[in-house]
Amino acid sequence: MDDTTGSLFMPFGGSTIAGDVDTVFNFILYTSTIIFALVVFGIIFFSIRYRRRGKLALTPDISHNTKLEIVWTVIPTILVVIVFFMGFNAYLKMSVVPKDAMEIKVTGQKWFWSFEYPEAGATTVNELVVPIDKPVKLLMSSQDVIHSFFVPGFRIKQDVIPNRYTMIWFQATKIGEYDLFCAEYCGTKHSEMIGKVKVVSEREFENWLEESSMSGEGMSLSDFGAKLYISKACNTCHSIDGSAGNGPTFKGIFGKQVTFDDGSQAMVDENYIRKSILNPQTNIVAGYQNIMPTFQGLLKEREVDALIAYIKTLE
Amino acid sequence: MSEAVAEKNYLNDPKGWKSWVFTLDHKRIGILYLASITAAFFLGGVFAVLIRLELLNPGQDLMGPDTYNQIFTLHGAVMIFLFIIPSIPAALGNFFLPLLIGAKDVAFPRLNLASYYIYVFGSMFAVYSIFTGAVDTGWTFYTPYSTETQTSVIPMTLGAFILGFSSIFTGLNFIVTIHKMRIPGMTWYKLPLFVWALYATAIIQVVATPVLGITLLLLIFERVFSVGIFNPDMGGDPVLFQHFFWFYSHPAVYIMILPGMGIISELIATFSHKKIFGYKAIAFSSLGIAFISFLVWGHHMFVSGQSELAAMIFSFLTFLVGIPSGIKVFNWITTLYKGQIHFDTPMLYALSFLFLFTIGGLTGIFLGALATDVHLHDTYFVVAHFHYVMMGGTVMAFLGGLHYWWPKMFGKMYNHFWSVIAMILVFVGFNVTFFSQFILGSQGMPRRYYNYLDQFQPLHAFSTIGSWILGAGFIIMAIYLIHSLFKGRKASDNPWGGLTFEWATGSPPPHHNFKVTPKMTHGPYDYDKVLVEQTDY
Amino acid sequence: MSESHTHPAHLAHHFSDVEQQRESAKFGMWVFLLTEVLLFGGLFMAYAIYRAWNPDMFYNAHKALNIYMGTANTFVLIASSVTMALSIRSMQLDKRKQTIGFLIATLALACIFLVIKYFEYSHKFHVGQLPGKYYSYTGIKGTNPHIFFGIYFGMTGLHGLHVLAGMSAIVWVLIKTVKKKFSAEYYTPVEMVGLYWHLVDLIWIFLFPLLYLIG
Repeated sequence: MDDTTGSLFMPFGGSTIAGDVDTVFNFILYTSTIIFALVVFGIIFFSIRYRRRGKLALTPDISHNTKLEIVWTVIPTILVVIVFFMGFNAYLKMSVVPKDAMEIKVTGQKWFWSFEYPEAGATTVNELVVPIDKPVKLLMSSQDVIHSFFVPGFRIKQDVIPNRYTMIWFQATKIGEYDLFCAEYCGTKHSEMIGKVKVVSEREFENWLEESSMSGEGMSLSDFGAKLYISKACNTCHSIDGSAGNGPTFKGIFGKQVTFDDGSQAMVDENYIRKSILNPQTNIVAGYQNIMPTFQGLLKEREVDALIAYIKTLE
Repeated sequence: MSEAVAEKNYLNDPKGWKSWVFTLDHKRIGILYLASITAAFFLGGVFAVLIRLELLNPGQDLMGPDTYNQIFTLHGAVMIFLFIIPSIPAALGNFFLPLLIGAKDVAFPRLNLASYYIYVFGSMFAVYSIFTGAVDTGWTFYTPYSTETQTSVIPMTLGAFILGFSSIFTGLNFIVTIHKMRIPGMTWYKLPLFVWALYATAIIQVVATPVLGITLLLLIFERVFSVGIFNPDMGGDPVLFQHFFWFYSHPAVYIMILPGMGIISELIATFSHKKIFGYKAIAFSSLGIAFISFLVWGHHMFVSGQSELAAMIFSFLTFLVGIPSGIKVFNWITTLYKGQIHFDTPMLYALSFLFLFTIGGLTGIFLGALATDVHLHDTYFVVAHFHYVMMGGTVMAFLGGLHYWWPKMFGKMYNHFWSVIAMILVFVGFNVTFFSQFILGSQGMPRRYYNYLDQFQPLHAFSTIGSWILGAGFIIMAIYLIHSLFKGRKASDNPWGGLTFEWATGSPPPHHNFKVTPKMTHGPYDYDKVLVEQTDY
Repeated sequence: MSESHTHPAHLAHHFSDVEQQRESAKFGMWVFLLTEVLLFGGLFMAYAIYRAWNPDMFYNAHKALNIYMGTANTFVLIASSVTMALSIRSMQLDKRKQTIGFLIATLALACIFLVIKYFEYSHKFHVGQLPGKYYSYTGIKGTNPHIFFGIYFGMTGLHGLHVLAGMSAIVWVLIKTVKKKFSAEYYTPVEMVGLYWHLVDLIWIFLFPLLYLIG
């Protein structure tokens, strides 16, 4: 089985199991369309043929037909047993992770995904980059509520649960970009908890991995910060144009006085930004909720520097 | 009214508001329920229209994400707990169960009235929660989100908890009534099939609802005392909540659909003037569904991280529960064979039930099969499937029943022309709204999304237009039904030529149901032996 | 109504005879008891799951419960069930004064149960053996002992509420007995309250070993 081109119902499929899932889907679709057509035909035919004409009369006593009843019990039973086995087979294939799979750690939190490549030490946010034709195993957990990792193009989905690991694997078969969704309702920005899965060639992947495990060398600190502002998903809550979000806008924030919800005040300087990134719970700016997760461990020293440098430029 | 002296019936005898508020008459309690659930239906419907309006375009149209999350939660909670669970059993069931078995009332009239006021009390909590920071958890209240969110989870869960008792008392009352109150000669196999369906429903209400009660109670403990049972940070397990919740809520969907199936059996038999095909198969498939429904809750959790073995067992049992529903559909269609079918409005609803419920049932197969469920779980496909079964199934059956028994309940006929127009609008609007959602879902659109990617826009817009057609249908229906109460033509005692006992008394029935206690002279569907001419067409 | 002959005052209009009314009440009560069992069933389920996950913690935590008070309460409740049964028997024999006596005895025993429970609870409040975030006791080994106390308070608390409900029901039939509403012909409410009281007793009989006698 391989990738599928997609249909009215199914999107383009780019993983090894997409074909299996689509086969099951199409089998059910075709058999149930036939059954549905028979049912509708029966309703319409009988309705026309036996509509009341003229005076009401007694109708015949037809209340049993053992043969007919056996037929319409046994045939659907056989059909659903077939469907059950087909579905179960493909499901087993989804569940058994190949031994040589590359492992990536996935963390879901309100409201972004972060991916960690343990061997290379690289981390990304909302963008999962994987090589083509190689099994990839995702080891997932959540920092807060339940999320669900869903890539329609790969036909995979798995809940991501706090304090527990769940697993899922896939092997991409077509180069390209695939949508990634959170499928378990998780609050305000549930519908923004989306991202991309980028399938690239083996070589491109190696290059990418090498580049992203570096800390923006060959780039100015503030340019690197601008890149991180997007890739670490700061932009989901903090705007740079002054518009309101879940967190204060970054525009012109540097050097300003902020008031916290307990009434105290502070000046936004390098140390304040650093503390707000690594320990966001200590002080909450008045008017905002305590929802920002800590980025301790998610950002390297140079990356924090870069973000501070970038925020300084936003006047 | 043209008669000089209006005939005494349950509506005008006794008189005065007190006689309604403290009534012990099952018919009046049924009417009170009918009024309440209709109000709930329109409230939930307004939420539904707002949801669709917001989803017309991606991004913000008329409300922010938090408001949207609250509105879809309220739509679900109001429609399920306030409308669909009590709809057929508590309103139509209350009114017609005693009539159908020739009894003067249900076994415990006081408990019946209590259950209505418990319903009102629970609903008040639910409505109160709307004004105190409406809950935003989805009607499923999944932990740990529901223990963390700042919105008013406690009033809504407390409301659902209280509504549960109302449901339990109704179920208990019906079980005892069906066992003990049948008139002499009415054996189990001479019961109308609606009664069998109410019986199977009542069993689920009594067995499953207490478990929901304790689950919601634990959730409230969790929020108030931080007990930690569902909190992963304190050694608890959030997935355990899902097990508890679905142990009730899966059987609960059969609380919603089984009574609807019962109504369809009555409608198909009456309007094709033919003995129902496979009486026992229909009766026992209701009980079979009720039984298996307790063993399939795990199919809501195929991607929650439960073991592959559990997933396999739940998937298999899920397919088993589909067979009895299929058998019912085949029996109904075969009943049409050699009948004398007349297409009054209730029959049109029954036929659209067959059409829509078949789609709802068949799409359930996609969700029962493990591999396809992984892809479709928590997408619009599930939303569409659920609405095809609940709205295309239960609501269509409810509307069929409402139009069938309206002349009996109020003694008035509604306008035939407008009722057909409304029926067509509801049928077309429903399909436009929800069929598009099957495609949205299988293309990968997740449910409970405030915003969406551009590629989903055309289908979302299509679905939103459907919701307007649907809304128009319901508004027309409300108008001609209310109109009929005041200006409707007087209905005869047996407008459709039915053979069950409710047609053997006045329209509307007198205070104690029957002037002369009816006798079992024929079975409920003996259209091969007894001929009663239809008077209203 | 046409049937004006021998129509007892306690027969409701919608029943055709006393027998049907009694049978219905009894059957309804049993169905209601079933729902009560299922309500507790959810808690028993939670108990089973958490005990299976943390067998050692449950064992360690159960030692904190006062087995003497638990045992005393078990005997108190069993005795109250006996007095409740005797009150029904007295009613059957038309001995109204005896019935009143036994009902009062049942109420007294229920009060003793609650008083003992009060001492148990207040001790636990005092040392901080409480559910969830209120747990502050440190003497129990094992992870998350607060879960045990969450379940302990959940189960005994809900049971305690049922004791209170049962007591109110007993007060209600007591008043009606005093007002001579019941006789050897008609005493269904007393019988129903008796059934309910036996269930309350029975649930305790299950709670006691599960919570106090682990291991």
